[in-house]
Amino acid sequence: MIRWITIGVLSLGLVGAAIWGYQEHQEKNAILIQAENGYQKSFHELSYHMDLLHDEIGTVLAMNSHERLSPKFVDIWRITSEAHSNVSQLPLGLLPFNKTEEFLSNIGDFTYRTAIRNLDDDPLTDEETNVLEELYVQANDIKDELRHVQHLALENNLRWMDVQLALVNNDQTDNTIIDGFKTVEEQVEGFAEANSQSGLIGVSTKPEDHFENLPGETLSEKEALDKSRKIFDINSKENIEITPSGDGADIPIYSVSYQNDDKRAYMDLSQKGGYPLTLLIERPLKDKKLSLHEGLERAEKYLEQFDFDDMNLYQSMELNNVGMYSFYYNQDGIRIYSDSVEVKVALDNGDVLGVTATEYYSNHHEREIDEPELTEEEALEFVNDNVQIEESSLSIITNDVDEEVLTYEFLGTFNNDTYRIFINAMDGREEMVEKLGGKELKYS
Amino acid sequence: MRLRQISFLMVVGLFLFPLFFDGKEEVKAFSPQVIQHGAIGDDVIELQARLQYLGFYNGNIDGVFGWGTYWALRNFQYEFGMNIDGLAGEETKNKLVQASEFDEAYVKEQITRGNRFSHYGGMEGEQQQGGEAQQAEQSAPADNTTAVNVPQGFSQNDIQLMANAVYGEARGEPYEGQVAVAAVILNRVASPSFPNTVSGVIFEPRAFTAVADGQIWLTPNERAREAVLDAINGWDPSSNAIYYFNPDTATSPWIWTRPQIKKIGKHIFAK
Repeated sequence: MIRWITIGVLSLGLVGAAIWGYQEHQEKNAILIQAENGYQKSFHELSYHMDLLHDEIGTVLAMNSHERLSPKFVDIWRITSEAHSNVSQLPLGLLPFNKTEEFLSNIGDFTYRTAIRNLDDDPLTDEETNVLEELYVQANDIKDELRHVQHLALENNLRWMDVQLALVNNDQTDNTIIDGFKTVEEQVEGFAEANSQSGLIGVSTKPEDHFENLPGETLSEKEALDKSRKIFDINSKENIEITPSGDGADIPIYSVSYQNDDKRAYMDLSQKGGYPLTLLIERPLKDKKLSLHEGLERAEKYLEQFDFDDMNLYQSMELNNVGMYSFYYNQDGIRIYSDSVEVKVALDNGDVLGVTATEYYSNHHEREIDEPELTEEEALEFVNDNVQIEESSLSIITNDVDEEVLTYEFLGTFNNDTYRIFINAMDGREEMVEKLGGKELKYS
Repeated sequence: MRLRQISFLMVVGLFLFPLFFDGKEEVKAFSPQVIQHGAIGDDVIELQARLQYLGFYNGNIDGVFGWGTYWALRNFQYEFGMNIDGLAGEETKNKLVQASEFDEAYVKEQITRGNRFSHYGGMEGEQQQGGEAQQAEQSAPADNTTAVNVPQGFSQNDIQLMANAVYGEARGEPYEGQVAVAAVILNRVASPSFPNTVSGVIFEPRAFTAVADGQIWLTPNERAREAVLDAINGWDPSSNAIYYFNPDTATSPWIWTRPQIKKIGKHIFAK
């Protein structure tokens, strides 16, 4: 009797376990299929967008009328951005595919710049047409390769889940999709060289780095340590570490860190000249004793101490007992935003908790500033009439094609919101308009 | 008899005591600090309320000195013939106290109740806009402010999301290592070969291990949030890195081919 009951209970248990296991399996499968479908969608969209990109570039080449050209360029710009977003949703992770992504965003930049230009006054140059023809051929190659991979994937029922698995296990030897993407990447790498020679895309237009021009000798590790101790304001030789940077650094630096019981300090120091680029101090903060304004006085004193001359505040903010201050460089009354320094001050005792001056040191030089061709009144005519202007000044900013331009800066209000508007001081172009936020409803 | 006198005096004293204190508070009003753009706290609430009483400020009284308060203050200084600097220093505050009234009890009560309200001069409390509760009573906040400062272009939620990623990826790292991880996220947003949004970068498949294994959903601590804020405000201890990896656990041989910049804690940062 007992035996039969035991058998009954056990077999019930077995059946239960089987049902439970089956359900778990089903659920897991459902989730896997969902993830797989997401990847498939991005993949198929990517090849579609590359195909479309190819077609659209071809259309531009065949087009003649200027008024239709700009919208077409905007279209191409949109397609590159969609394709880019498709790539970023694929589980490629560490599979090097960044040349292709860069290629896409370079086409985007190029078409964006052309689209915003007035093509009636300033039509496509022969050089630009050549670039477009080149891009047309390149887009064709990429499209063909992707369509080929897509065909193989469809024919052989290839799963992106397997790609992911292969990438995780580092077993990339024989996976059609991975091979296909690698081929694309290699092709694009070849294009990159040709494109950089044509000079229009692939070349970063970043303003030149002025770091090299800073005066000073190259510091030895010991000298750098001495300097760091002075900046950290410590005497002991213990608990302090210094390491020089590796090959990847933009400029050679020393990284110095210091730790004692209640605080930790970190600093990046340029090897040449020993300029402090980044300083960060971490310690527990006590109750607020200083006002934001008193903190500002500390920050200004600190900047003076480190020979930052003619720095003016343009933004201050109180965040959890810390004051954050941003300064621009003032050259003869002109605000230079590229040469900016940020200072962080603890509002419990007024210590400076951080300075970041990388921007300042890499951009700073005495600029030869041309006289503005427009007067302030003339520049004002380029501003929307509905904006009530409250403040104005001359400023140098880096615009959206990475050039430094002299502008009239207007601070104005419109419908209770504050806007910062930059009007080119030479030709009246609206270089940049931004809505100034800076505060938000507290959610918690 | 004697006892009666004493107790009478004591009772009178009890009544006088708060009166005396009230009077003192009325004169002092603001604390001695100079209030400037970006400040938060009770002084800012009073500043906004007084400016609103005079009709210069028509935003929310939230205790955060933003652009609206700044222009209101400058207009006030202009109208009253003062030096226009947008700072609430001693002279400005005295003028404000003379010219306006501040019903602190009313304002603070509205704030703790989470009401929408206004504080214009020449209106009784009932006539002010709103007044009735707009949302459920909040748990008593530590201070009276109802807004927070956020860096330009970021929401508290973006900061929270990044703090989650930083905490999941680098909670055991030194502080600068956490700032560096946050900076890498921002460098990727700016880089052409990565998505253009913070969430796009964080949730890119297989980009961060903490996202893949779910550690991103741990609750981050204050330190991770502070690290994120520092990175957003411009600190970059990674020196423009767009990759980092833990050399003990990295599986991809490719990552070793990236030019390395530096090592912070357990992470190597690379271009």
